[in-house]
Amino acid sequence: MNKSEASDLNTTRAGGGTARAGPAADRRQSAEGEQGFRGYVSEITRKLRSGELGALPGVFSVVVIWTVFQILDHQFLSPRNLSNLSVDIVGTGLIAVGIVFVLLLGEIDLSVGSVSGLSAAVFAVFNVNNGVPEWLAVIAAVLVGAAIGAVQGFFFATIGVPAFVVTLAGLLAWNGLMLHVLGASGTINLRPQGLVYGLTNHYFHNTAAAYGLAALGTVAFFVTSYHDARRRRAAEVLARPLTEIAMRTGAVAVIAFAVAYVLNQFEGLPLALLIFLAVVVGLDFVLRRTKYGRKIFSIGGGVEATRRAGINVAWVRVSVFAVSGTLAALGGLFLASRVASVGQTAGSSILMINSIAAAVIGGVSLFGGRGRPWSALLGMLVIQSIASGMLLLGIQTTVQYMITGGVLLAAVVLDSLSRHSQKSHGRA
Amino acid sequence: MSTTPVLALRGICKRFGAVRALTDVELEIHAGEVVALVGDNGAGKSTLVKVITGVGPADEGVIEWNGRPVRIHRPHDAQTLGIAGVYQDLALCESLDVVGNVFLGHEICTAGVLDEVAMERRTRELELMDTLSIRIPSVRVPVASLSAGQRQTVAISRALLSDPKILILDEPTAALGVEQTAHFLDLIERLRERGIGVLLISHNLGDVKAVADQVAVLRLGRNNGFFDVLTTSQEQIVSSITGATDNAITHRKAWAWEAML
Repeated sequence: MNKSEASDLNTTRAGGGTARAGPAADRRQSAEGEQGFRGYVSEITRKLRSGELGALPGVFSVVVIWTVFQILDHQFLSPRNLSNLSVDIVGTGLIAVGIVFVLLLGEIDLSVGSVSGLSAAVFAVFNVNNGVPEWLAVIAAVLVGAAIGAVQGFFFATIGVPAFVVTLAGLLAWNGLMLHVLGASGTINLRPQGLVYGLTNHYFHNTAAAYGLAALGTVAFFVTSYHDARRRRAAEVLARPLTEIAMRTGAVAVIAFAVAYVLNQFEGLPLALLIFLAVVVGLDFVLRRTKYGRKIFSIGGGVEATRRAGINVAWVRVSVFAVSGTLAALGGLFLASRVASVGQTAGSSILMINSIAAAVIGGVSLFGGRGRPWSALLGMLVIQSIASGMLLLGIQTTVQYMITGGVLLAAVVLDSLSRHSQKSHGRA
Repeated sequence: MSTTPVLALRGICKRFGAVRALTDVELEIHAGEVVALVGDNGAGKSTLVKVITGVGPADEGVIEWNGRPVRIHRPHDAQTLGIAGVYQDLALCESLDVVGNVFLGHEICTAGVLDEVAMERRTRELELMDTLSIRIPSVRVPVASLSAGQRQTVAISRALLSDPKILILDEPTAALGVEQTAHFLDLIERLRERGIGVLLISHNLGDVKAVADQVAVLRLGRNNGFFDVLTTSQEQIVSSITGATDNAITHRKAWAWEAML
């Protein structure tokens, strides 16, 4: 193609893009030719073949686990058990969302369990032992989490200590500090009917709440997808066809209303689940639609490239560890609320393992640059389903640990294999 | 040339421990001029590039921008001045798609939210996506799946996006085929017409003779001669690179330095 032809093409495109026969126009059509349902299916098969599994293993695991436990015990899929499950996933799930952020950088935070325990202990000591107003104690607890995260991030990002080691030291140190803060009694009971107690014990009994949320979610999903597709079509870039948007919206609606229906069969929409969903949706937006989120993904895919693009890598790293610490603190408050107390067993390392496992099972890559906050929700659903089913069947926690460990190993193996496959398909 | 150079390096020194990677290196780039930087492996070419782009700042020496001394300590400093680079290892982000890479660090936002549609449209309108005739199936594929030539299109597109005054190309043709190289040299001609100063680092003296105006030779971290491409034979450049003939002028300069010390 010679220069004048190229500049011609550019001007026509800029001036409204009238269809014009030319090599570039042909190329564009062939690239966009496969649309509609068939294009969608072929796109999915291509992705699966090359190892981009995404959320699929997580969804598959949930279906298998739920089927197996339902066969073994008919109480498993009862509204009561599922409603409890939806509240049980929140505490560790919030911690796992923080882990997703750290994993996107290609790093790890081993201290989240201890940080969550320490934050809960700080809250309990302030509020219960010293009579500090509850809202103030909550803010203090969350700030403690954020500050710890930032300090660990500082050691990692500016001094260059591997994150694994910094947070391993944190794991021990913050757990020690928690035991120290809790003092001789060892266990502090939360005030019943308080703000934090209500976090996991408040339900919106009105059935309109759950259905309303489901409707809102569906409508919001449709409007944003449709609006995006229309803008894309107006700008003449590849857009999702309307049939695909309709299909996706249908799927979202079915899931949302099924969940709402089941929750309304028991106590209604749990406040904890509402908060968890809000956090996941909000942070998913931050990761995928803001400059800050783009920086996190780019560091996960190439630190040097990001640095040379003029981005302050150290600052992003510190902030991500602060996010992880903040979410660990929030998660700690929900976990304390669930058992209505803070004891010496709070913030155990099983918590840390579960939250990392949740993120990885949900489809976040350990190698950085791939994953979404939704993975935390999906992964927690897998882990908590196993725990809940085992509890129903009266199986000991020892067995539960072994099975969770096995699932984690399977998830990591899958992640490594998929990366390998992506490499051989030239996609990683 | 009598005008003030856009970018001038004066007495640049850089050490890695006991190793002196660069010693008193001088370099001038004028607007609309293509300067080729050549030298054997380990001559300090990439180190000099890192000094200019702020990736590895100099220990001593002055960098002048339009005649005024400036400090370049971080990549960000170089970018604000108007220096863009395409690196030997290309420095792209594997996990992002083509659009994400082109706009990395310069994302278009509407009300604080990434405007993917605008970025995708602008990426398609970029001159290079068509003129380099390197086919990218879709601007939404991750960079990991692209060939070396395609990656380079992306890297150069990104460098040109910020409208730089000085463009640094580190071994740009190493990964390209014959036809792609020809297109690429055309591109450099066009950049020169636009008034961009180009610093071309290359091992390929054929490419250098084809597009460069000036050739600066580095040898063992020191200047070893500046040549006008039109009046210099390839043999002269080669012997200067290998050190078969030490350049008389730089030799005398070094002498003068030692005398002063």
